[in-house]
Amino acid sequence: MSIRFSAIAAFAGLLALAGSLTLTAPAHAGKITIAAAADLKFAMDEIVAAFKQDSPGDEIEVVYGSSGKAHTQIQQGAPYDLFFSADIAFPRELIKAGLAAGGVRPYAVGRIVLWSASMDAAKMTLESLLDPKIAHVAIANPAHAPYGRRAEEALRASGLWEKIEPKLVYGENISQTAQFVQTGNAQAGIIALSLAISPALAAKGGYWIIPDKLHEPLEQGFVVTKRAADNPLAARFASYMDSEPARAVMKKFGFTLPGEDIDR
Amino acid sequence: MILTESDLQAIWLTLRLAGIVTALLLLIGTPIAWWLARGKSWWKGPVGAVVALPLVLPPSVLGFYLLLAMGPDGPVGKFTEALGIGPLPFTFWGLVVASVFYSMPFMVQPLQTAFEAIGDRPLEVAATLRASPLDAFFTVAVPLALPGFLTASIMTFAHTVGEFGVVLMIGGNLPGTTRVASVQIYDYVEALKYAQAHSLAAVLLIFSFLVLLALHVWRPNPGKGR
Repeated sequence: MSIRFSAIAAFAGLLALAGSLTLTAPAHAGKITIAAAADLKFAMDEIVAAFKQDSPGDEIEVVYGSSGKAHTQIQQGAPYDLFFSADIAFPRELIKAGLAAGGVRPYAVGRIVLWSASMDAAKMTLESLLDPKIAHVAIANPAHAPYGRRAEEALRASGLWEKIEPKLVYGENISQTAQFVQTGNAQAGIIALSLAISPALAAKGGYWIIPDKLHEPLEQGFVVTKRAADNPLAARFASYMDSEPARAVMKKFGFTLPGEDIDR
Repeated sequence: MILTESDLQAIWLTLRLAGIVTALLLLIGTPIAWWLARGKSWWKGPVGAVVALPLVLPPSVLGFYLLLAMGPDGPVGKFTEALGIGPLPFTFWGLVVASVFYSMPFMVQPLQTAFEAIGDRPLEVAATLRASPLDAFFTVAVPLALPGFLTASIMTFAHTVGEFGVVLMIGGNLPGTTRVASVQIYDYVEALKYAQAHSLAAVLLIFSFLVLLALHVWRPNPGKGR
């Protein structure tokens, strides 16, 4: 057997293996892909895990990133079945564009917090950012990230924007913003409460919830996209967001649920 | 096509970054390429592999390590802190350092090929004429390898212009400091400003095409015996 032939045989074997892997899921089980805002990273992982315990055959994939990016991707035909946006405006636009099935469902109101990995931010306020020891303050990019917009509003409302702006560094999404702070490259940052209380970040520093009177509410909503209009799993997952276990997870990560009063 | 002031700022920043990185890599890459081409050491293999790593490594791997290494708790960060420069992430010079690593193979590999192509003979002749090794390098090797230098410099410059992932991970998106053209385009797309994304993207597309065209036109044609 020549080397070339065995290489082709090996390649064919790999292809067959890859093919069989994609066919291993039981035929009756469903499959959905969810695009979720980066602030949902930990909460959505838990909700999906809980959902799968009840229906183990189903395949659910979650893609995290900035809401603006997911929105653009769906407009360009990305294969997402549900879209959880950190800003309810994005799913509303998808409905207007005829790219969603059904209405927008508000699922949470997010909160922004001041967070630091090296200092106890619980003892800080936005004024503390003026401290010369803080060389860089990370926020999400206000040009397209909802959490970044709220951070800018809060800094402007407290009259600190002009003084803090030279210290700002911009994360591509709220996860990257947290990562700038976590690695110590930025001494403090304004991130999502849901990330600050996640196991990965809670071990370090502390956080201070920024009063919500300083910024517009972070109203978050999701939609089932047009391509999933007839996907029963997408509908089941959408209803699951109203279930007690899902709500408990969202609460655990600091989200205010629809219909609840925002505590200050 | 309308370029805003911040687009021009991003383009200028990108050109400045690429220019400085190319100049630095000419200084750093030339001795490495020379040693890789003419050295006899066993270390040639491992060093050559390390130099080539950025060709295969995802930018996210490089960006991740650089973010940690350059941070206040990382080895590079502690070193720059001790020098009084402070941490490198979110600075222009941080991007320069990252790009030097990232574009290294684009300088070293064409130079190495050019040096290897010279062979031993011209340098032996120079030695019999009592030229010192350094003298021989500048008067014999460099002129003979000139096409290699040009290719290497153009490739390095162009590759640095095309950098995105590493910059996104360690840059912090600061206008005039780390927001290079590729990042600016990404921001436009994310903010759904397609018209502005188009203008800047077209500039980069035309630039890249012209660079590659120039490289092709200029490259000596082996068929004509040059």
